[in-house]
Amino acid sequence: MGIEFRNVGKTYPDGTVAVAGFSHTVPSHATVALVGSSGSGKTTLLRMVNRMIDPTSGTVLIDDQDVRELDRVALRRRIGYVPQAGGLLPHRTVVDNVATVPVLDGTPRRAARTAALDLLALVGLDPALARRYPAQLSGGQQQRVAVARALAADPNILLMDEPFGAVDPIVRRELQDEMLRLQAELGKTVVIVTHDVDEAFRLADDVVVLRTGGVVAQTGTPKSIVAAPADDFVREFVGVDRPDRTLTTAEVEGRRVVVDANGRPLGILR
Amino acid sequence: MTWLQNNGSWVVELTVRHLLLALPSVAASVLLAVALGRLAHRRPRLRQPVLALASVVYAIPALPLLIAVPLVLGVPLRSPVTLVVALTLYGTALLVGTAVDAFTSVDEQVRDAATAMGHGRSAMFWRVELPLSVPVLLSGVRVVTVSTVGLVTIGALVGISSLGTLLTDGFQRGITSEVAIGVGLTMLLALVLDGLLVLLGRVLTPWQPRRARARRRLAPEVTG
Repeated sequence: MGIEFRNVGKTYPDGTVAVAGFSHTVPSHATVALVGSSGSGKTTLLRMVNRMIDPTSGTVLIDDQDVRELDRVALRRRIGYVPQAGGLLPHRTVVDNVATVPVLDGTPRRAARTAALDLLALVGLDPALARRYPAQLSGGQQQRVAVARALAADPNILLMDEPFGAVDPIVRRELQDEMLRLQAELGKTVVIVTHDVDEAFRLADDVVVLRTGGVVAQTGTPKSIVAAPADDFVREFVGVDRPDRTLTTAEVEGRRVVVDANGRPLGILR
Repeated sequence: MTWLQNNGSWVVELTVRHLLLALPSVAASVLLAVALGRLAHRRPRLRQPVLALASVVYAIPALPLLIAVPLVLGVPLRSPVTLVVALTLYGTALLVGTAVDAFTSVDEQVRDAATAMGHGRSAMFWRVELPLSVPVLLSGVRVVTVSTVGLVTIGALVGISSLGTLLTDGFQRGITSEVAIGVGLTMLLALVLDGLLVLLGRVLTPWQPRRARARRRLAPEVTG
């Protein structure tokens, strides 16, 4: 299932241009990251896919079908959505949060709960947490629940809006690893919005770097962007010149050690 | 207390009548206030007019209202319906502001995520907004309940019997213990209903952190 943004724009009634003429195709089973600082329109673009926002010009297509021809509630139920921190339903237990969409779709509660327990295991959560409420979980656990919930209706598309932005770096890294493992297993079409370039590079097959107003600065694989940033904006945003991205090797006891610009060792070159 | 022994069954009957006047009024007030509160929350332009109307209604003196209701509705003055309608007007007026606050208290992020997951309009209300508004709403319902139980007594002045009848009857006949029992039972009824609402709140909002003990028990697992 592919997602195509065809020359989409969003201008608010007060004249603010959130996105201007954005075109991009997300191939099926690929992960695409939209990165940019705030005001770059990345979240606006994400929300156009499940019609949380309708573009004022252009079209968004899923499998060649204009999303505007689809019922928005039905569309949203077949697209997995991982919100930012704090998007779980606080009054529902973990297992019921995960079962939300299947229950909305008419799956009997008991069956939906049973399936939800399997999903908790899939995202690496102890089933003992199933009866807890979201406020009783850590931020990292909550976001795992959010991922499980997004997967519950077995959607082909997964939209992730700064999903790991509010957790500490170590937990974020764990969640990213988990996401990579899941994606290798499930092969969803994933659109992830983040302001964290490192996260985009770790998770995505393709990265779209956006400037203010939803203008594409550069699109490409993480490798190609690092190798050849399109301009100074991308170079700066991606941090190509950052000490931890300018690596050299040094001979130490017959082995070639990779060091960053500050001379700190990062690993061994084989 | 001999008065109570001699009039026990009458007092029980009046207590039941009192409840039958108060409970429907509270229930109707909650329904109306929730409906109006949600309307005012969804359409911010209606918010100020609705709240202003509520203040005006609440400012109507009780006795003229008890006369006006039968005139407007065409029901007998002494009908329980008269009092229930009047108390519902007061109750709604008292609760509608809290109902607006209750819907406003629902976290915008939660609402947004729920929409993005595919909650339609009615699922949004029944499964997300209403349950999450319960904590704030319930605080208002408790006030309305206690206030309504007290206001029911006013009906006795126009001949709608309740525990208020013990007050009018006791004053007229100069029986102090009758008056005292009327006041005491009215207050007791209010307290009991308030307690029941607190319990109801616990049942309806198991997700709410309540006791320090419960939080401590969970604290170690909240890390990592």
